Amino acid sequence: MNKLNDRQVVSIVGLNFLRLVRQGAWLAFMTMALTACGNASWNNPYPASESGKNILYAAFNERPKHLDPAQSYSANEYEFIGEIYEPVLQYSYLKRPYQLEPLTATAIPHPVYYAADGKVLPQDAPLGKIAYSLYTIHIKHGIMYQPHPAFARDAQGHFLYHHLTEAQLSNIHTLSDFAHTGTRELTAADYVYEIKRLASPRLHSPIFGLMSEYIVGLADYARTLQRAYRQLGGGEGHPVYLDLTKYPLSGVKLLGRYTYQIKVRGKYPQLLYWLAMPFFAPVPKEADEFYSQAGLQDRNITLDWFPVGTGAYMMTENNPNRRIVLRRNPNFHDEFYPSEGAPGDAARGLLADAGKKLPFIDEAVYSLEKEDLPYWNKFLQGYYDFSGISSDNFDKAITFTQSGSAGLTRDMKKRHIHLLTAVQPSTAYLGFNMLDPVVGGYSEKQCKLRQAISIAINYEQYIAIFNNGRGIPAYSPIPPGIFGYRKGEAGINPYVYNWRDGHAVRKSIAYARKLLAEAGYPNGIDQKTGQPLLINFDTPASGSGSKPWFDWLRKQFAKINVQLNIRDTNYNRFQDKMSKGNAQMFNWGWNADYPDPENFLFLLYGPNSEVSSQGENSANYSNPKFDRLFVQMKNMNDTPQRQAIINKMLKIAQHDAPWVWGYHPVSYTLFHQWLKNVKPNAMAQNTLKYQRVNPQERQLYRHKWNKPILWPVWLLLVILFISLVPAVITYRRKEHQAMAKRAGGR
Amino acid sequence: MFAYIVRRLLYAVPILIGVNLLTFALFFMVNSPDDMARMQLGIKHVRQADIDKWKHDHGYDKPLFINHKASGLHVLTDTIFYTKSVSLFTFHFGKSDGGRDIGYDIRQRMGPSLAIAIPAFIVGLLVNITFALLLAFFRATYVDIWGVVFCVIMMSISSMFYIIGGQYLVSKTLHLVPISGFGYYGLSTFKFLILPILIGIISGIGSGSRWYRTIFLEEIGRDYVRTARAKGLSELRVLFRHVLKNAMIPILTGVVVVIPLLFLGSLLTESFFGIPGLGSYTIDAIQAQDFAIVRVMVFLGSLLYIFGLILTDISYTLFDPRIRLQE
Repeated sequence: MNKLNDRQVVSIVGLNFLRLVRQGAWLAFMTMALTACGNASWNNPYPASESGKNILYAAFNERPKHLDPAQSYSANEYEFIGEIYEPVLQYSYLKRPYQLEPLTATAIPHPVYYAADGKVLPQDAPLGKIAYSLYTIHIKHGIMYQPHPAFARDAQGHFLYHHLTEAQLSNIHTLSDFAHTGTRELTAADYVYEIKRLASPRLHSPIFGLMSEYIVGLADYARTLQRAYRQLGGGEGHPVYLDLTKYPLSGVKLLGRYTYQIKVRGKYPQLLYWLAMPFFAPVPKEADEFYSQAGLQDRNITLDWFPVGTGAYMMTENNPNRRIVLRRNPNFHDEFYPSEGAPGDAARGLLADAGKKLPFIDEAVYSLEKEDLPYWNKFLQGYYDFSGISSDNFDKAITFTQSGSAGLTRDMKKRHIHLLTAVQPSTAYLGFNMLDPVVGGYSEKQCKLRQAISIAINYEQYIAIFNNGRGIPAYSPIPPGIFGYRKGEAGINPYVYNWRDGHAVRKSIAYARKLLAEAGYPNGIDQKTGQPLLINFDTPASGSGSKPWFDWLRKQFAKINVQLNIRDTNYNRFQDKMSKGNAQMFNWGWNADYPDPENFLFLLYGPNSEVSSQGENSANYSNPKFDRLFVQMKNMNDTPQRQAIINKMLKIAQHDAPWVWGYHPVSYTLFHQWLKNVKPNAMAQNTLKYQRVNPQERQLYRHKWNKPILWPVWLLLVILFISLVPAVITYRRKEHQAMAKRAGGR
Repeated sequence: MFAYIVRRLLYAVPILIGVNLLTFALFFMVNSPDDMARMQLGIKHVRQADIDKWKHDHGYDKPLFINHKASGLHVLTDTIFYTKSVSLFTFHFGKSDGGRDIGYDIRQRMGPSLAIAIPAFIVGLLVNITFALLLAFFRATYVDIWGVVFCVIMMSISSMFYIIGGQYLVSKTLHLVPISGFGYYGLSTFKFLILPILIGIISGIGSGSRWYRTIFLEEIGRDYVRTARAKGLSELRVLFRHVLKNAMIPILTGVVVVIPLLFLGSLLTESFFGIPGLGSYTIDAIQAQDFAIVRVMVFLGSLLYIFGLILTDISYTLFDPRIRLQE
């Protein structure tokens, strides 16, 4: 074989290199062409086959932990199961203040009150006399479940998939691998079954403790089930199916195919709100039995991941690591778009679809987006139909007018993006541990110390700096939109604000200093010890991101010469301190379960104290007067009498100042013009069925906004090529020199 | 060689027990079983009874290492450490604290991680070696100087910048590929992979090329290279046929050991590109205080690392006939 000389080697290498470049370019071109095949937008993350279809595109940033209605309790979980499960009641989509309406129930149930001797009491009977209340719930006929393999039967009427063999399971990887599905009518027994599931030893329902205080017999029922479960051999790592229908629950009775009854201790009108939550949605026994099979659980096919409901949508894909898909339930019962709304809704076009059959959207695709930046950019490209606004992108999206109202930036307006804002039914606050000898206590002096601190911490400034203006200062725990909240002068906290020229104005620092002196700390010095007043602040927020907030907080205290020691710790240590009452001051918040003042004021109810009873009263506030009024108020209907009691309670709490009242967050939602019927509703979990998209319009804008720009790629290739030329020349020169040397040497 | 491999595998057992013990101790130093229960159950309306029930149901109601109430061997076996560790060695990973089958999740997530990691690794390796050889070839010329400057600049940039910059330039501004996501739509899957792979390659050029350049330059100074040149071989042949082959030992030391670890994915890339791989699985588990997953992933990580070290030893014998694995 002839050996090649160096020049030949170089030219072959060069040729091969050029061939490689050509092939690479061709491959790149082909890849681009293939990916773009049938879809003009190369950066479209969805299959070309979905173009122009009636699909809503959204994102979730954290995979849901639970989708079982007995266990699920987070907003990011309700986003999905709220569309699938149908409790008997729901919140009106458009009406404000929030109000309940029947969903699968024929009407909103009215309780009947009974005395201890079993006699029926009038509706206005005194609380002390009511021993228990009975709620009788009638559900609508003819509501069908979504198609599901748990209902599939053979010709003889036996369930097809309730006793799966290993051979059958070998081809099953997800729920859609089952060849057959079935359905059946919704019955009252399914609602009773779900209430029983709250006490199931196989589950951990977060509201079991709370509900066992109200639903008669629920606590004993849990013990009965626990015993039965153990007898069946169930335990850690050995889940077994427990047929709950075999064990009656005394407080929940089935009165017929479409009627059931709940018996609660005393008077508990808030039960209606719970009846609108997925905890009280129907679960068919067939589904529970089907999902209890060990072979399915090994494949992560469980009720916790694949819900079964009667709602407008059913979950057809659940890959919580990538995307979750909801598709229109073909068996969905008749439900129509509301024809009544809040004032202004008609003008905003929210009643244009009145009377039309729901739902409008065929499919909703939720993609996992852990980071804000890709989510935001994909929203701007039209690949998500709506988005929130992270702090990083706030300035790009929102601008404030001189009057202080929020509006969209020019760029957002150019894209015809719309903005909706809504005060959330939640509150964020700084709490004082009322058990603490320095910042706690109920003497006038101790109250004045807390009032002085409340004045010093300027929450208007906090909202502007740290929340981009997304919040309103709180005067009490009750946010706007909840019964008990009062606008104007009557609603302000008179211990922190003055009413001036139609506005609440924070009291001066001089006044706060005066209060501090009256509290026994003139100029921030403890009169008794002569030492400066030092307050410890515990927070689960830590890391460099929290430093600006810590600095700001220290400055607020420094205004009244009080020193602040911030003890930032992890969430677990923080919880530990809180439960033992070792914190002095802390930051905390609360999201409403339901739109009732009781759900906020119970955060200050003495017997609900965190230290003594593991309750949600983290400040351990306990004022007998307040507690008496709370008991009186909590079960009342929304009447002027209730408002009067709430006013008294707020006055007491504002004076005692167990919290620096903080602020109520305001949510900002951006959505594209092709998404219709959007109205923020913080209580309703099933809003997807009301919304509508215009896919043709979306398609048009996506094309317009996402045309591929190729010239920089070609430019880069040319630059790379040109930069190689001197290297090749140098190489050739070197080789020439080497060859010349070798030739000279010979 | 067989006996050597068996011996190395047996050595791995105490190492894995040690790693497991360390993970266990570190995890429970930061989190108590109560904390884990609270994390799983949420914040609202959670009573101590609920926490106790969760711990009982998940087997966290036992002592951590020593059960003083038990007798005999149960003092050690009726503990959280023993009950949670023993199944790992039989590869029965069980359920996560959130209730999902861990083995199933790992199998599902391995594919996406490998889809990014393998091309980025192979192409990155080829690019780095080629670039390093180029620098070695043009050593002490302007190509070498500017090449090294380029490498230092590339090394100094945070990988986060590459990701955000890449997404901004390629996806947001030029609209060439999707910003994030992962698809199972046949050929169109590539469009999700191009950018993360490209970023994986580019972000590794700086450090990789400099490292290989150093190795090559060290080899170039050796006697056999001088002999090869004296024989009249061209510089290109010297580099590709002699230097590259002899530099394989240090290259293999750094490269083979990471091959098994490719299964574990990349945290940042997976997170920013929405890739449902094992990197994000581990971080999600740490954030959710899901000890069952953390334990399994650390165990797998150490197992794969040991496997990688054995592979490295074996690969030495393939590239250098002088090396023999002693029994």
